[in-house]
Amino acid sequence: MLIKFIENFGKKFLSMLESMGRAILFFLAGMMHMFTLPIQFAKIIDHTWFIGSKSIFVIILTGLFTGMVLGLQGYYSLVKVGSEAALGAAVALTLISELGPVFTAIMVTARAGSSMTAEIGIMRISEQIDALKTMHINPVRFLFSPRIIAAVISFPLLTALFDVVGIFGGFISGSIMLGINQHVYMDTVIQSINIHDINIGFYKAFAFAVVTTTICCYRGYYTHLYSGFGARGVSLSTTNAVVQSCISIFVFDYIITFFWI
Amino acid sequence: MTIPLIQFIDVSKSFGTSPVLNGLNLSIYKGEIIVVIGKSGTGKSVLLKHIIGLVHQDSGQILIEGKPLSQLSAVDRKSFHKKLSYMFQDNALFDFMSIYDNIALPLVEDSVFPKNQVKKKVLKRMEQLGLIGIEEKFPAQLSGGMRKRVALARALVIDPEIVLFDEPTTGLDPIRKKKVHSMIQEYQKQFEFTAVIVSHDIPEIFNVAQRIALLDEGTIKFEGSKKDILDSHSKVLNDFIQGKDF
Repeated sequence: MLIKFIENFGKKFLSMLESMGRAILFFLAGMMHMFTLPIQFAKIIDHTWFIGSKSIFVIILTGLFTGMVLGLQGYYSLVKVGSEAALGAAVALTLISELGPVFTAIMVTARAGSSMTAEIGIMRISEQIDALKTMHINPVRFLFSPRIIAAVISFPLLTALFDVVGIFGGFISGSIMLGINQHVYMDTVIQSINIHDINIGFYKAFAFAVVTTTICCYRGYYTHLYSGFGARGVSLSTTNAVVQSCISIFVFDYIITFFWI
Repeated sequence: MTIPLIQFIDVSKSFGTSPVLNGLNLSIYKGEIIVVIGKSGTGKSVLLKHIIGLVHQDSGQILIEGKPLSQLSAVDRKSFHKKLSYMFQDNALFDFMSIYDNIALPLVEDSVFPKNQVKKKVLKRMEQLGLIGIEEKFPAQLSGGMRKRVALARALVIDPEIVLFDEPTTGLDPIRKKKVHSMIQEYQKQFEFTAVIVSHDIPEIFNVAQRIALLDEGTIKFEGSKKDILDSHSKVLNDFIQGKDF
């Protein structure tokens, strides 16, 4: 009984190590091929359009409502201690260094990351990845490298958009609906933000772009190893990719905040 | 004596605990059409995948013009693989790309030819295979027969010296099957490539083949011409051709 348990534990541990090694090699290969010539401009632009431009609407919507909720909650909390004038600062700081990068990464993972996994997963199960190999096209270079560049371009820009729209959302609920002086709101926003906070937000956006794109592409690329073949395999890979990406976002958020704050 | 273009010597391959190839010996000669027949799941596609490098043998050797593939330098191996084209059983066309882009992909990614030359080559192949007018369509918009022709066009666009066909007529009706067979024969004559075909189309495929090999239990049980098959008293071969379980 105990030997069986140890055997199973050992097997799982070894398989986990193997999986981690495979993921690291996949990531390193993707990174290396970002710089191999010729640079894949057309694919980078195409993926930037898909990850970035097509996420703008969803980012504006979530940013606006996140800011409005922050404005509402923040006002009723601050008014108890007579500090409602600091609402602009509270909304801006929360968004720029914390909620902006995290929510943006989660929304883009849900929209674009899931689609990356499904697309690459279907390519795997329908032998399209094998077809690339037979044409002497490196599949990691072809499928992963342009997506990671596109994500690194898109995530920080979308995060900035989320922050700006969120601050405006806080302004709608705090100033327009609850009556905080508009100049005071904007003034506290400007006074409270410094370059350090903005940098932290961008470092997080950059890290989330790399982590989530790697997980989503990796899960799709190796869908046959982890989830099996067929439609169910792809759907399972997609679910796993989104869940693991979201968990990784929170883990990396903590790590970056811990080291940079 | 002619040195085979590709030679399998005692090649064995297992997936997990299931052996697929078991000491396989087979020679493929330059410019011939060799057909590999055998029951489903006997490792015919695995044999092709060894040649293209998608699968690697556990033991034995694969010789390329007399030299072990495993001992070729990276440059020589790359140059050998560049002579190869593979036509997949289910075509493996890129469903998010137009027909033109699918066929052009190997040339575009190779970055050797300028854009206008790529276009010229692609359109030439499309014209030869009767595919003009569908450049902007997507694979899902085509019939099974047309998709096969697109896959063939993609396989031939790089002017390969060796083309590996993995069950090229699966899922086609008898008329289209005949068309694909004559297409392979015709283009093999025209472009003089070496064709290795894995097929279940018995006896139709015998008219295409110059040589036939029967793969069973991981080894080649019979090798010969169409005439040799007709004259053969091999029980395994005759049972397979007559559809008897052996």
